Amino acid sequence: MKTKTTFAAALLAATVLSGAASAKTLVYCSEGSPEGFDPALYTAGTTFDASSKPVYNRLVQFEPGTTKTVPGLAESWEVSDDGLEVTFKLREGVKFHTTDFFTPSRDFNADDVLFSFNRQYSKDHPYNAYVEGASWEYFNGMSMPDLIKSIDKVDDYTVKFVLNRPEAPFIANLAMDFASIFSKEYADQLAEAGTMSDLNQKPVGTGPFQFVAYQPDAVIRYKAHPDYWNGKQPIDDLVFAITTEASVRQQKLIAGECHITPYPNPADIESLKANDALKVDEQEGLNVGYLAYNTKVAPFDNAKVRKALNSAINKEAILDAVFQGAGQAAKNPIPPTMWSYNNAVEDDAYDPEASKKMLEEAGVTDLSMKIWAMPVQRPYNPNARRMAELIQEDFSKVGVNVEIVSFEWGEYLERSKEEDRDGAVLLGWTGDNGDPDNFLAVLLGCDGVGGSNRAQWCNEEFEGLIQKAKTLSSQDERAKLYEEAQVVFKREAPWATIAHSVVHMPMRKEVTGYKMDPLGGHAFEGVDLAE
Amino acid sequence: MLRFFLSRLALLIPTFIGVSIVAFAFIRLLPGDPIMLLAGERGMSEERYQQLQSLYGFDQPLFVQYFHYMTDLLQGDFGTSIVTKRPVLQEFLTLFPATLELSLSAIILAIAIGVPVGVIAAVKRGSWLDQTVMGAALVGYSMPIFWWGLLLIILFSGILGWTPVSGRISLLYFFPPVTGFMLIDSLLSGQPGAFKSAVSHLILPTIVLATIPLAVIARQTRSAMLEVLGEDYVRTARSKGLPPRRVIGLHALRNALIPVVTTIGLQVGVLLAGAILTETIFSWPGIGKWMVDSVFKRDYAVVQGGLLLIAAIIMIVNLIVDVLYGLINPRIRH
Repeated sequence: MKTKTTFAAALLAATVLSGAASAKTLVYCSEGSPEGFDPALYTAGTTFDASSKPVYNRLVQFEPGTTKTVPGLAESWEVSDDGLEVTFKLREGVKFHTTDFFTPSRDFNADDVLFSFNRQYSKDHPYNAYVEGASWEYFNGMSMPDLIKSIDKVDDYTVKFVLNRPEAPFIANLAMDFASIFSKEYADQLAEAGTMSDLNQKPVGTGPFQFVAYQPDAVIRYKAHPDYWNGKQPIDDLVFAITTEASVRQQKLIAGECHITPYPNPADIESLKANDALKVDEQEGLNVGYLAYNTKVAPFDNAKVRKALNSAINKEAILDAVFQGAGQAAKNPIPPTMWSYNNAVEDDAYDPEASKKMLEEAGVTDLSMKIWAMPVQRPYNPNARRMAELIQEDFSKVGVNVEIVSFEWGEYLERSKEEDRDGAVLLGWTGDNGDPDNFLAVLLGCDGVGGSNRAQWCNEEFEGLIQKAKTLSSQDERAKLYEEAQVVFKREAPWATIAHSVVHMPMRKEVTGYKMDPLGGHAFEGVDLAE
Repeated sequence: MLRFFLSRLALLIPTFIGVSIVAFAFIRLLPGDPIMLLAGERGMSEERYQQLQSLYGFDQPLFVQYFHYMTDLLQGDFGTSIVTKRPVLQEFLTLFPATLELSLSAIILAIAIGVPVGVIAAVKRGSWLDQTVMGAALVGYSMPIFWWGLLLIILFSGILGWTPVSGRISLLYFFPPVTGFMLIDSLLSGQPGAFKSAVSHLILPTIVLATIPLAVIARQTRSAMLEVLGEDYVRTARSKGLPPRRVIGLHALRNALIPVVTTIGLQVGVLLAGAILTETIFSWPGIGKWMVDSVFKRDYAVVQGGLLLIAAIIMIVNLIVDVLYGLINPRIRH
């Protein structure tokens, strides 16, 4: 009897050990809870990391680690000569996840593409309001309803988007999270069962990992999709351990309770780098932090005054104090990792004496102004209050008196849009799709005046360049126009460009194959754990 | 006794209505518009904004909104979160067991240590022991919870490696929640080592959350005991030759417990407040963190519903304390 027990125990131990050796689990200490699992309903990166990145695919995808678009569920696409029709040839043999709650009876096809877009596009679609307050923020925010005329199924593996106007960034838009492809069969099954809201709770997609379970605010579990069209993942299980405190995430990483974690405290990065068990990857974020003058209000309607103030700002001091080294000075309105970045542009050099002189020449004396400081932390501006104080000090050296103001965040965003706004606004932007249009047109185009164009700046020359670029399909030709636009921007100086942040990603040394996403997402396709 | 109970119960109704008005008004008094916050830097068109306003019913006059809210509430509908689009009650019920488990462990720890320590301090009044205990209590009472939690994590989890850093159980264990209480669920799961793992995860957050109530209970017990020890009946008990243990345990402590029970009841509010920080530090998936996040996002339905549910719990606990008080001290009943 005794022998038997010992043998059973040994067998158990062996099973557990071999189980541990063969099942590779990657633990990601994430920074927050997803709002849900339908990426089209939300705008937060945390939600995308937990939904669209592991579970879903898109027709077009960003190549990991770049902003380049590559085929996803569409094998290829063609744009008509007038730019009004985009036809996608779909990949065949793509399997949806088989889970406890859904068994697909067919492969991915054109019906799934139509379902995924029509639910956002058509007000009459049964899934248009399947959860209370479904507002399809990104689909609307990227102007899809105005842009798309129709979405047609040509055959089971061909889908045609007909547009109202040619729009070069359209392909890149379809690589965004909101354009994730859902299973129509699963949605129909839920509708029949009267549990439509499960589409947002128990996701089924074609992505590298399939959803297993979510314990709110605690843990999300996924396992590798065995029939993934791009090959089964090297890790078997993926676990998100939700840990909101940066210091706690760091402790968990050191203790080996997780393998990889985002958003370390800037002050801790050096000690993380010094730890033998860890490595820290870094990459420039696809963002820009800026100070937008109101170019409609005197004396800021004079480019010379704006240039003068720009030369009064000591960016190096800001990088040290506000970014604690995790940032780089910005000279263009788009970040250096983005195509068409014009490196030949020269930044306004820090020179208080020259600045004072320029102000005198412009006839500006005893200038008093307001600087708006955001009440929240953002990657492009970790501490707006401190930044405003540093600029206040810099400006006082050239005889400009600054009053710092702030509002509650929603109020801040709303009031800073007003065309007669008093003062210069600290704000920033993180790219959505890696297209320069997503920065230049949104933030500096004439349509944005009274809205997202906080400088209220509408320059004919600049506008002509970016509008023309939007209609061309050749990236090289577009890049030339954007490079020119950046020269105009620097000459006219509607903003003081402050910084682009540098993003750090600490992980344990055994993690291999992780690629940092310039768009700020966290995806684990292709990641492995070394033995 | 029944009359006493019913009168206390009747008092709850106006209190509950009062809380519902405060909860409704409080989040709306804060500057900030939930719809603008949803949109963030990206913003939205005026037309779209109006659409969403009417979708959520925010374009209606406040009293109409309140009326709708109360009508739904009376039918057991606490509304739907603007952010997660899930029903508020469902979210609350998923998260509340975690808070309850942590709060119960904390209050048990606080009583188990606080009462005996307070009694000893009172009996040995003025001794070095008394002074040490009361000094420690003062430190505990004024402890900044966040700093204290991080310090314990760095020491016990980071340097010594004795306890896990955060969470409720090791990620190796995976079983569906049955009761929502990890200690019970881990036993029910039958997985070897699960219960031990759940206990080890509970230790540090319990200590952190118990710190302030422990200090308060120890001080309260001490002062209540000191008062009682000077009473005639204690002197009588002593003079008739009863052993000191019996005098303290039976005659003194029982009477000293009356204010202590009240204090413990009042600590429930303190525990819930402490839970907000403790849950944040230890990534504990409870209602404290959930409420704070909702305030930041101006998630009206969650803040209103959450406040009401928490208030209801505090009211029920106070009712129980009142009743217990009545049981211990018959004079109160009349």
